[in-house]
Amino acid sequence: MSGYDFNGLTASFDGERVIGPLSFSVQKGEHVGLVGKSGAGKSTLIRLLYDRLDGEASLIPQNLGLVNALPVFHNVFMGQLDQHPSWYNTVTLVRPFRRDKDAVRTLLRELGIPEKLWVPTAALSGGQRQRVAIARAIYRQAPTLLADEPISALDGPMAWQVMAMLTQQFATSIVALHDVEMALAHCSRIIGIQDGQIALDAPASQLTTADISELY
Amino acid sequence: MFAYPTVRISFLFLALAVAGVLVADIAITTANPWQDLGQFFLGVATPNFFSTEGLMTALLRTVAFAFVGVTLGSICGFLLALVYRSLPVRVFCAFIRAIHELFWALIFLQFFGFHPLTGVLAIAIPYAGIFAKVYSEILDEADPEPARLLPPGTSSLAAFLYARIPDCWVQMRTYTAYRLECGLRSSAILGFVGLPTLGFYLESSFSQGLYSDAGAMLILFYLLIATMPLWVRPKLLPFYILAAPFFLGEGLPIVWGNVERFFTEDIIPSPIRSGEGLAAFTHWFGDVMVTEALPGIWNTVVLTQIALVATGILALLAFPLISSHFGGPVRRTSGHVFLVIARSTPEYILAYILLQLWGPSMLPAVVALALHNGGIIGHLIGRQTNSLKLRPDAPKGLSRYSWELVPRVYRSFLAFLFYRWEIIMRETAILGILGIYTLGFYVDSAIQNIQFDRAMILILITALLNIGIDALGRLIRRKLALQTMPSC
Repeated sequence: MSGYDFNGLTASFDGERVIGPLSFSVQKGEHVGLVGKSGAGKSTLIRLLYDRLDGEASLIPQNLGLVNALPVFHNVFMGQLDQHPSWYNTVTLVRPFRRDKDAVRTLLRELGIPEKLWVPTAALSGGQRQRVAIARAIYRQAPTLLADEPISALDGPMAWQVMAMLTQQFATSIVALHDVEMALAHCSRIIGIQDGQIALDAPASQLTTADISELY
Repeated sequence: MFAYPTVRISFLFLALAVAGVLVADIAITTANPWQDLGQFFLGVATPNFFSTEGLMTALLRTVAFAFVGVTLGSICGFLLALVYRSLPVRVFCAFIRAIHELFWALIFLQFFGFHPLTGVLAIAIPYAGIFAKVYSEILDEADPEPARLLPPGTSSLAAFLYARIPDCWVQMRTYTAYRLECGLRSSAILGFVGLPTLGFYLESSFSQGLYSDAGAMLILFYLLIATMPLWVRPKLLPFYILAAPFFLGEGLPIVWGNVERFFTEDIIPSPIRSGEGLAAFTHWFGDVMVTEALPGIWNTVVLTQIALVATGILALLAFPLISSHFGGPVRRTSGHVFLVIARSTPEYILAYILLQLWGPSMLPAVVALALHNGGIIGHLIGRQTNSLKLRPDAPKGLSRYSWELVPRVYRSFLAFLFYRWEIIMRETAILGILGIYTLGFYVDSAIQNIQFDRAMILILITALLNIGIDALGRLIRRKLALQTMPSC
């Protein structure tokens, strides 16, 4: 498949239109940064795209969607539940297999939290939780990433490193970011959302921070 | 003050209860009630743990029946919770939990006889209905987001095990442990209909005036319940569950002919059984309604309303006993002991004891129901006040109670009370077996007279009445926007 065509995207809350109707297409290999002030409809748009892709993409929602009672390992492993038979998944819940443990640990090492493998996610800090959700998305090995503010709780160097990792791991990505510089540095294309409509759509290389700040 | 709907509904219920007291049969009929009560307390103060060797066996049987019944109930309840969305399942569960354990025991006794299965099923069946409802509520509250994020193609079993169960696990475990405690109480009172648990020995000690023996049994029962956190350990549970079926006792063998006769003959209304036609059946049914069902319903409702309000008043009076906003550690410790005793004594045993001491009337039933349920709600509300932070210059004493605390906890107090409304009614009906003229009395008499057809009709009516009160309680809670988790 060469890319995605999104046509006629709309969303309403209580009868009030918050998104669209808007249409755009994304080519394979593109890394799209969604920018716009809070309340512009970025999160709603990410949700809409996820539903349109019928789950064929990894999603990192803003609330992360972690199972708080389970350890980090199982939260990450959930990304590949479709790869194994039911008995394998059930056994893993009680006693994980070595190769899965090694794979997850390697991923967590790259994200800087290898020591948290068996800690319940409820006991982690905001930034650590965010990295668990990122690890789960990567572990799923989907071709496309949809992410809603995936690095909002990470500090400077770590945020930079994680964004680089995400654009490298996923062939195609659509990521909502409030950090304009981060978007310009890591994305190949910027889409600006204003009042539920596309107000800006250009390659990142042709834009400066000042161009985008008009949206805010 | 009457502008608040919560206050209006409270006074409405208070007025109903006062009217109920005027028409109810409330009296002390024994010659020396206070002397008997004194002797009973003397018996509790001088317990005799060594009179019968049956005591330890009874305790063991009580625990065994509780474990087997609750385990079976929770497994079936869990499976039912998975399909709880379907209306027939919900109706079925509402029906089986509307019939009290003792009624189930009375039914099974008629065809299984004194076989362990009677006691196990009497606990397991109503508990399955309750577990199904509560488990499904807990499962519904799980965060739906993790399940949405799973890769498509994930099997529904894996999705359930990873994205649903872990979120609910702690709550389900806590609730199941609480139900195990209830199961111990249910198991104990099954002795009153002849199963080999504590109630059986309590009844025989009482009828012989052996108050020290009865006192020993009660004390051991409190110890059993109070020490539950010590001996009910996750690691030991599999051992208990596997061992429990072997300690139910032998009982008497099941006569399968009785089982067949019960379903094909005994419970068929007699005019139909003897082929007398529809007119005879209508006449028979009318007779059951007028002479038994209606008086039973009337007395059950009157007693329930009085007991409900008495429970509320007692809970409001009792919660300061354990509230950290009043008194010192000594008062609070004795308050805790009082509330633990009040809520861990099954209302049936309380009613039985008071009935022996005061003679048959509605009074012992009201006091027993109020003590038990008031103890539970008082405990929950008192614990809730401990999490309240008052301003440093808040008033003290009575003003603190009436201006600072009661208004803050009143809504959850009402929520608990209306939640227990149906439970109180279920208990009220069953107390009839002790000789108070509620529905249970007529059920018990019908069984004594070997009129199982009448007994089944009356049990059915009791179940419908409970379902109706449950619905009404939920309606009121919704109208007043009162919310509770099923924690009591």
